[in-house]
Amino acid sequence: MINQTDQQISSSDELAALAAEYQAKQAQYENSIFVCMGTACQSVQSGGVLQSLQAEVKSRALEDKCRVSPGGCQGNCASAPLVSLPQRDLLYQLAQPSDVSAIVDSLQGEPVARLLCDNKSDFFVRQNRVVTNHRGLLNPESIDDYIAAGGFVALLKALFEYSPEAVVEQVQKSGLRGRGGAGYPTGLKWSTVAKARADQKYVVCNADEGDPGAFMNRSVLEDYPFRVLEGMAIAAYAVGATKGYVYVRAEYPLAVERVKKAIRSAEKHGLLGNKIASSSFDFHVEIRLGAGAFVCGEETALISSIEGGKGLPCPRPPYPAESGLWGKPTLINNVETFANIVPIVTNGADWYAAIGTPKSKGTKTFALSGRIKNTGLVEVPLGTTLREMIFDIGGGVPDGHKFKAVQTGGPAGGCIPEEHLDATIDYESLLALGSFMGSGGMIVMDDSSCMVDVAKFFMQFCAAESCGKCIPCRVGTAHMHDMLERITLGEGTMDELGQLESLCDVVQFTSLCGLGQGAPNPVLSTLRFFKNEYLAHIVGHTCPAGVCAPVGQDIRRPKCAL
Amino acid sequence: MTARAAAKQKQIGKFPSDDKRWLIVAAVMRKYGSAQSALIETLHAVQSSFGYLDDSSLAFVARSLRLPLSKVYGVATFYSHFRLKPQGKHTCVVCMGTACYIKGSAKLLQKVDRKYGLKVGDTSADNKLSLLEARCLGACGIAPAGIFDGTVLGNLSDDLVESKLDSWIAESESVSQTK
Amino acid sequence: MRVVTLKINGQEMSGRDDEDILHVAREHGIDIPTLCQLDGVSEWGGCRLCLVEIEGSPKLSAACVTKVSEGMVVNTNTERLAGYRKSIVEMLFTEGNHVCSVCVSNNNCELQDMSHELKIDHISLPYRYPLKEVDASHDLFIFDANRCILCTRCIRVCDEVEGAHTWDIAGRGIKSQLISDLHQPWGDSPSCTSCGKCVEACPTGALFEKGKAAGEMVKDARFLVYLEEMKEEKS
Ligand SMILES: Cc1cc2nc3c(=O)[nH]c(=O)nc-3n(C[C@H](O)[C@H](O)[C@H](O)COP(=O)(O)O)c2cc1C
Ligand code: SF4
Ligand code: SF4
Ligand code: FES
Ligand code: FES
Repeated sequence: MINQTDQQISSSDELAALAAEYQAKQAQYENSIFVCMGTACQSVQSGGVLQSLQAEVKSRALEDKCRVSPGGCQGNCASAPLVSLPQRDLLYQLAQPSDVSAIVDSLQGEPVARLLCDNKSDFFVRQNRVVTNHRGLLNPESIDDYIAAGGFVALLKALFEYSPEAVVEQVQKSGLRGRGGAGYPTGLKWSTVAKARADQKYVVCNADEGDPGAFMNRSVLEDYPFRVLEGMAIAAYAVGATKGYVYVRAEYPLAVERVKKAIRSAEKHGLLGNKIASSSFDFHVEIRLGAGAFVCGEETALISSIEGGKGLPCPRPPYPAESGLWGKPTLINNVETFANIVPIVTNGADWYAAIGTPKSKGTKTFALSGRIKNTGLVEVPLGTTLREMIFDIGGGVPDGHKFKAVQTGGPAGGCIPEEHLDATIDYESLLALGSFMGSGGMIVMDDSSCMVDVAKFFMQFCAAESCGKCIPCRVGTAHMHDMLERITLGEGTMDELGQLESLCDVVQFTSLCGLGQGAPNPVLSTLRFFKNEYLAHIVGHTCPAGVCAPVGQDIRRPKCAL
Repeated sequence: MTARAAAKQKQIGKFPSDDKRWLIVAAVMRKYGSAQSALIETLHAVQSSFGYLDDSSLAFVARSLRLPLSKVYGVATFYSHFRLKPQGKHTCVVCMGTACYIKGSAKLLQKVDRKYGLKVGDTSADNKLSLLEARCLGACGIAPAGIFDGTVLGNLSDDLVESKLDSWIAESESVSQTK
Repeated sequence: MRVVTLKINGQEMSGRDDEDILHVAREHGIDIPTLCQLDGVSEWGGCRLCLVEIEGSPKLSAACVTKVSEGMVVNTNTERLAGYRKSIVEMLFTEGNHVCSVCVSNNNCELQDMSHELKIDHISLPYRYPLKEVDASHDLFIFDANRCILCTRCIRVCDEVEGAHTWDIAGRGIKSQLISDLHQPWGDSPSCTSCGKCVEACPTGALFEKGKAAGEMVKDARFLVYLEEMKEEKS
């Protein structure tokens, strides 16, 4: 184990020297074993595997030759727990404590065939990892590991070689767009905050990740807490902020713990806090916990939650960039947006802009889940097609079922059917399909999912998460949910379907914030592509997918015998 | 009594009860300078210390942070994480996020209802078990997922959930038997 | 502060750039429907009745919170807006239990006026018939949640003018409800000063004086403006 030193860093040279020292320490080991300690792997007891491996290596007196370390997410969470042996280019899946002796044997001898995961499969080789480039081969809690892998070079480069304006310019040139959903140009937002005049400005990292079926931000925070903090510090330098907040949802205890630790170790190294790297730049970061409200991902609601109040959205303008936290100019970006800053500053804006499509540059992480073979976290260049994503990388639909739709964009998104799978994944093309990029959840549905039921599921979500401030969202989502429920019970009428459609229009255009404005989308998109399923319920009283009642049976509730 | 102990005693006197856990809550408020913006962090501290928020703790928080009672009550009921009622000894949280729903978490809940007569939000009559739902635990890769007494478990099946709940129920029974 | 010129419903006018569309329109005799807006307290922007179209913007804007700017072209009374306003008021009628004939505020209710103004003759959405409570524990006043439209006027007036902050909203979404203090009977409220400002501010019959029969409760929500004017005259 590498000991964490608390050396204060005050120049790029010192950082480079320290990185070299850590690298040399790591090079002493002939081998290493990383056990993923992400949420999914931990939930299937990867902690036990790690302990057993450490004990095994110790009992064989291999501690000096082989490093056993907690690692980050490999992506294919469905095969958890995952263990990698980078020097031997091996990845093991479904590892159990009883397997550790065989795993340690394989450091020298033959790979353990029954645990082998093909790390040359499409799932791995078709990805392009920019944000998740360390592929889980870093101890997420160790600043030494991060520095050895080139961490904080970008921050010191920005501080000592660039003016704040030059940093903003780089980000603008990179073409990076916000990864929190709407895709607003990041550089433009930064320059607005940079230009605002105020005695105090703030940088806020939006880690509320409320979209159900999305876990990219959790994974990035858990595996790369230092990189997100470094991105925030660069942003703060660029816009002239001295204080930052990471707003994390309470459902992510591991991410909270890691970010907390990361803040502390960065402060000890003089890389956060007062006079960062002995420059004149101060930047303090604090964590704020969410408390279970999806709407708090909306930026004005998030601000009011950080201020200690309810997460009620406010009409914009004024935008947070002009008047945000405590009325001060505030830069709010998503976790992944900040995580992209480090590679942009390190490798240059042109390098970044060469990835992706003309309008949607760079890569994006996605959480693949639902009825798909390879569930997990993937990162691909924008412009990849949905088909490549689902069938090449995702391995298609398992168990002989037939693909029906992919849901993107969370509760404000839509369901995209088979015939549009050749569409590319970018902000504009998803919007044209009545969906939305969102934060990156992709839930695959097969013929066992009823699209009316899916629409009802999302509407129930929106109704339960509506803050209640504005009438159309508060009352409209409740009505829409009830109408959808009546349809799934076979009690809907064609008149009511018309009413549902007009309600969608009202709620979409009159709601105050994005939650209400987006709430009708799952209904609109399923009506657009799967109207026949609605008709089957309303006219035929059947559910083709067999969800609302077994296939062929009447979905109406049997009348009470009495 | 030393001066320090006396000061502590005086501080405890202001708490809703002489429970030592209030010192933790007070420390959290101090950390944030007892500012009004510390409300949510303070409620988190109360709930993680006592399990839920009752009227006397809400009133105490309001007083300490100089906030109106109705505002504190409003915030505590706006966020679904905060609970105003005590929970059972064990808690089972089933994720109802999209990925888990598609993989059948609603059916799991139906089974639990049928077998144990518990709906989401219910606590069993003997206070042994509370059933809750969550909105995506971020463990969609191993959907359907749940949290059993703080531990995330994935790939839930009817059998897995039943065996967990049964073991809790059995355990509580054996405790009462030994009494 | 700058004076800007703009066009509302085809009419040229000027206003200060720190004024919102609603007030500039009103100064020029153009009425925009509102429910949550109340002169003298902060803006809320929640009822969405004041939505207007601004040329060049794909989204609708709430007139009560949108500042005027140079060259702005605003339409306040298109057919589309009228349809939306009708739907929103319809939603309010289905959300609570409004039985005008027995209400103390019959013929003196802003919700009722609004439905006349928008020519709402029937409700096409299903009524939700929620179970709501009536709190008659206060010596002077009654709160009937059946008639509350959650406009928060009472909350704002109590907090911002009286400084008591007796009221707030508990819960969220369709489960939102107006509560006093720790959701306790109004009569037991430690913070209420019995000033009655919330009752005056309430647009419906949700808050009213004890002892009033159907149709007897007459309020004047502009009392805050008079209060301001009186203060100014004194000083
Ligand atoms: C209802 C709602 C929920 C949102 N949830 C999130 C979220 O969980 N994470 C996030 O980064 N952005 C979320 N957003 C978008 C934010 O308001 C904001 O646009 C974003 O954080 C800006 O960061 P970006 O420019 O880096 O994308 C949400 C928006 C709405 C309307
Ligand atoms: S749209 Fe919904 S979530 Fe947004 S402000 Fe209105 S009620 Fe609240
Ligand atoms: S009681 Fe009256 S003023 Fe208060 S929120 Fe309800 S309708 Fe509005
Ligand atoms: S949907 Fe259940 S963990 Fe994400
Ligand atoms: S008056 Fe503008 S939103 Fe209610």
